[in-house]
Amino acid sequence: MIWNEHHECMDRQQLTELQGERLRDMVERIYFNVPFYRTRLQEMGIEPGDIRSLDDLKKLPFTTKQDLRDNYPFGLFAVPQHDVVRLHASSGTTGKSTVVGYTHNDIMMWSEVVARSLTMAGITRDDIVQVAYGYGLFTGGLGVHYGAEKIGASVIPISGGNTKKQLQLLEDFGSTAIACTPSYAAYLGEAIMEEKLDRSKIKLKAGIFGAEPWTEEMRTQIQHLLGLKAYDIYGLSEVIGPGVSMECACQRGMHIFEDHFIPEIIDPETCEVLPYGTLGELVFTTVTKEAMPLMRYRTRDLTRLHAETCDCGRTLVRMEKCVGRSDDMLIIRGVNVFPSQVESVLLEMSETKPHYLLVVDRENNLDTLEIQVEVEEQFFSDEVKELEGLRKRISGNLTSLLGLHASVRLVEPGTIERSMGKAQRVVDKRKLK
Amino acid sequence: MIIRQLSVFLENRAGRLTELTGILADNDINISAFSIADTTDFGVLRVITGNPELAEKVLKEQGFAVKITDVIGIVMHNKPGALHHALQILTDNGISIEYMYAFASSDDRATAVIRTDSPKKAIEVLQLHEMELLKTGDVYQI
Repeated sequence: MIWNEHHECMDRQQLTELQGERLRDMVERIYFNVPFYRTRLQEMGIEPGDIRSLDDLKKLPFTTKQDLRDNYPFGLFAVPQHDVVRLHASSGTTGKSTVVGYTHNDIMMWSEVVARSLTMAGITRDDIVQVAYGYGLFTGGLGVHYGAEKIGASVIPISGGNTKKQLQLLEDFGSTAIACTPSYAAYLGEAIMEEKLDRSKIKLKAGIFGAEPWTEEMRTQIQHLLGLKAYDIYGLSEVIGPGVSMECACQRGMHIFEDHFIPEIIDPETCEVLPYGTLGELVFTTVTKEAMPLMRYRTRDLTRLHAETCDCGRTLVRMEKCVGRSDDMLIIRGVNVFPSQVESVLLEMSETKPHYLLVVDRENNLDTLEIQVEVEEQFFSDEVKELEGLRKRISGNLTSLLGLHASVRLVEPGTIERSMGKAQRVVDKRKLK
Repeated sequence: MIIRQLSVFLENRAGRLTELTGILADNDINISAFSIADTTDFGVLRVITGNPELAEKVLKEQGFAVKITDVIGIVMHNKPGALHHALQILTDNGISIEYMYAFASSDDRATAVIRTDSPKKAIEVLQLHEMELLKTGDVYQI
């Protein structure tokens, strides 16, 4: 099933022309409406008229997450605030989050790409979709919600967590599709086994899983536990949210909705554009987004693109599962975590020094984050209640900044390895490769 | 009357305590009394020794987080009711105890090591009730 055959199966030549037209229009919009982009383009001697076709994309400068932070909160918006109908945000490294805005048309476009995505998973108006992504500043919940409604499916906006309720609704409502992080899907599957639920009452046939890295082994496990077909969805809030790309039934990579998001693969060191099939950093230019268009945004995700027409009939390029990051960002339970965030919390607290180690693991299919902090002499108390109090204060401060529970373990001074060069700040024990 | 107790932060890790006792043994430091407060992840070792300054120095050199804490020691007859009598005095005077541990010696007497937020006041009221207190010099004899 294809939701929008015209755009998803477009002749590549026609698509290139459409992208060129939209790119031209987008550059004009940001040049005249966003001072940051205008300055940057002027510095490079580029005027809107210089961008005529898709070929000219490579002339444009890149945008980074740092640019988004520098322009916090609304500095990159290309429309007046009264045209912005929605704001989302993701956690940031120094306490400042990355803010994204949407116009009414942006929400319509987002719903369209999510509708295309859900259709790839075989979801129709006859389905009951349990949306177990978090609703809120995170784009997961509302993103899938609007797309599922656009299709005409019955949406259960249950949001994340509350496993007992999730299981009850799976049984009572007979949900046929579920959207959540893959680790939560595996957790739900195990809960079904433990609670010894009547499997014949679970009607799930498709799962839409994303927002964190996962493996083919996890796919096999989730499919076995939940008795469904598991699909991979990709997205990031800066570009739109979930629905930037999605796997079709052939499951040979995720189709990028190129009529809205133009992908490129670059060498993260030299920024040179690399040909299809080469591993490099994924870059997106959003050509239709109104509120916050992005010009050559560096995602830091490492992957490959493939352009051959898929057996499903779609001509859209496919991206492989991301194999890593070109920076030190971790994705833990769908939340972006930078080691520097932990450092900023420890530096702000007078009792602690910034010697720390992040230990990421996966227990019962849920990511766990432990932060080891050295107990320095000046804040060592010989009273356990004082030390426990300190541990809880650090944990509380980290949890509120990161937006995810971090357990803190106090360790002896000098036990966290100091290295001469870049400090080893992270031990990731999750087996994903 | 105030006894200088050595407090050491220890990770709950196999062999860690043995490393510490090894350092003390190598430096000929005798442990007169000790206790360990433990949680899931870490412990706090508290030691009464004749030479806390040397112990602090050698342990710090080996990278331990060490702190000297002021405590008091109440010396009592090793018989029923003796501890109760001492604690009653502290309670009646509004002195609360952060932690305590005790050890008995061969001469039929026992010592309770007490950490309180007001050690000076504790000494005062205990002496008023003619309780015997452990002196720094005594520690060598234990």
